[in-house]
Amino acid sequence: MDYKILIAGFGGQGILFSGKVIANTGLMLEKEVSWLPSYGPEMRGGTANCSINVSDNQIGSPIVSAPNVLVAMNLPSLEKYENDVDKDGFIVYDSSLIAKEVARTDVNASKIPATKLASDNGLEGLANMVILGKVLKETKMFTLEQIIKSIEKVVPAKKQELLGKNVKAIEIGYNY
Amino acid sequence: MAEKVLMKGNEALAEAAIMAGCKHYVGYPITPQTEIAAYMSKRMPKIDGLFLQAESEIAAINMVIGVSSSGHRAMTSSSSPGISLKSEGISYLAGCELPALIVNVQRGGPGLGGIQPSQSDYFQATKGGGHGDYKLIVLAPASVQEMVDLTFKGFDLADKYRMQTMILTDGTIGQMMEPVSLEKGILNEYDKSWATNGTRGKRERNIINSLSLDAQELEQWNINRFEKYKVIEENEVMYEEFMMDDAEICIVAFGISSRVSKNAIMEARKQGIKVGMIRPITLWPFPKKALLKAADKVKAFISVELSMGQMIEDVELAIKCKKPVLLCNRTGGVIMTPDEVLEKIKEADKIGGND
Repeated sequence: MDYKILIAGFGGQGILFSGKVIANTGLMLEKEVSWLPSYGPEMRGGTANCSINVSDNQIGSPIVSAPNVLVAMNLPSLEKYENDVDKDGFIVYDSSLIAKEVARTDVNASKIPATKLASDNGLEGLANMVILGKVLKETKMFTLEQIIKSIEKVVPAKKQELLGKNVKAIEIGYNY
Repeated sequence: MAEKVLMKGNEALAEAAIMAGCKHYVGYPITPQTEIAAYMSKRMPKIDGLFLQAESEIAAINMVIGVSSSGHRAMTSSSSPGISLKSEGISYLAGCELPALIVNVQRGGPGLGGIQPSQSDYFQATKGGGHGDYKLIVLAPASVQEMVDLTFKGFDLADKYRMQTMILTDGTIGQMMEPVSLEKGILNEYDKSWATNGTRGKRERNIINSLSLDAQELEQWNINRFEKYKVIEENEVMYEEFMMDDAEICIVAFGISSRVSKNAIMEARKQGIKVGMIRPITLWPFPKKALLKAADKVKAFISVELSMGQMIEDVELAIKCKKPVLLCNRTGGVIMTPDEVLEKIKEADKIGGND
């Protein structure tokens, strides 16, 4: 296993949190992991991105400059990073916010209307988890059970009522 | 071993400081180190410790002088512009020979600069920074785990030598999360009978002071302190060798640059180029002997750093200019990619060569 994941979108879409879920699942499975957020003014309403490495081997740079999994949650992110993706890598993007096809033919591209699916199911703000479900399905990075177990750990005790919603969102994405 | 948890570098460092017995933290917020202050503000009241947000960086470092004078483990943290403000106080700490841990989570400079990661405070950290003849022990973590381990080490060295230790890290290591084991590190007790913590009428008063108007005396203080620095240079050098056994090219890099370099080294090795790395963990004392030894073996060095080229001068001095030293650098908050390091490795590979 050697995943170099880049999740990118607007600040406020839960980019960092979904990255945290991935990193935590990796940790739980005793993989080497790193999680690096963009920080500073970018977070405040601008673009946000998050680099995650999950690997069987020791991780060198925590910065993902050539991802093999790109998750794009807005158009500027897809346009900015599409060409950086490794050949045969994965691109998963939110088609409710990005009205565009992936131009590259040497990658595994898939789309999901994550924001729409989230709001249709009363899960506003959980498009990040919907798309994460789709990422799992496409990449087979982790099983559904593994990621749910990890969410149970990441969701703070005070916000346990959100646990069910997060799980539901992931399942919707996974079964899409 | 303690269970591994995911933690940000800044937070792991703060927790380690508390575990190392630091009950006094004085700071002032600045990106990208604010998590240290925020973490301390949450934790310190719970352990009966002191968290104090001073009115400025200058006030904060002077409060560190006060805490340390009373014999307690004292710490402050900031990022580049804030460290410049603290430099006067750091010089006073040096003059008074007071132990303290100072953390610099570097950002791009000079001036107010930016908020993205940088290593351009290398000169400031390793050559003094403030006025007068003094050195800091400078530790450069390259992972979240090392943020923990070197915090313990930093406090220990500070107490052991009545020195100031600086942890010189950067925005990336501070902001990233990695699995970390919050193990207790070295917890030695050192004699602090010099502390000004009240005589209770039972002993002569202690005086902690950096002022002497007697030039002979002041000279002697400096000579004595440099004797101590010699012992530290002899005994406390730390570095990591990575794939150096058969290396023909030696990268020298610390912190985040060493992490990026590792990717480039793995790729270069795949392409048949024998490259390794010496990663200084102590930037002062600098691993001069290890580098000089490597100079007899390799054909070139590459200094990989996030500055216009600062550490490269120490590399050249250490190897007595026996071999060429190339520079692979980005600055202002930009981080080099593994590909950029790889290109520099290929350039170094053409040097001298086997022709």
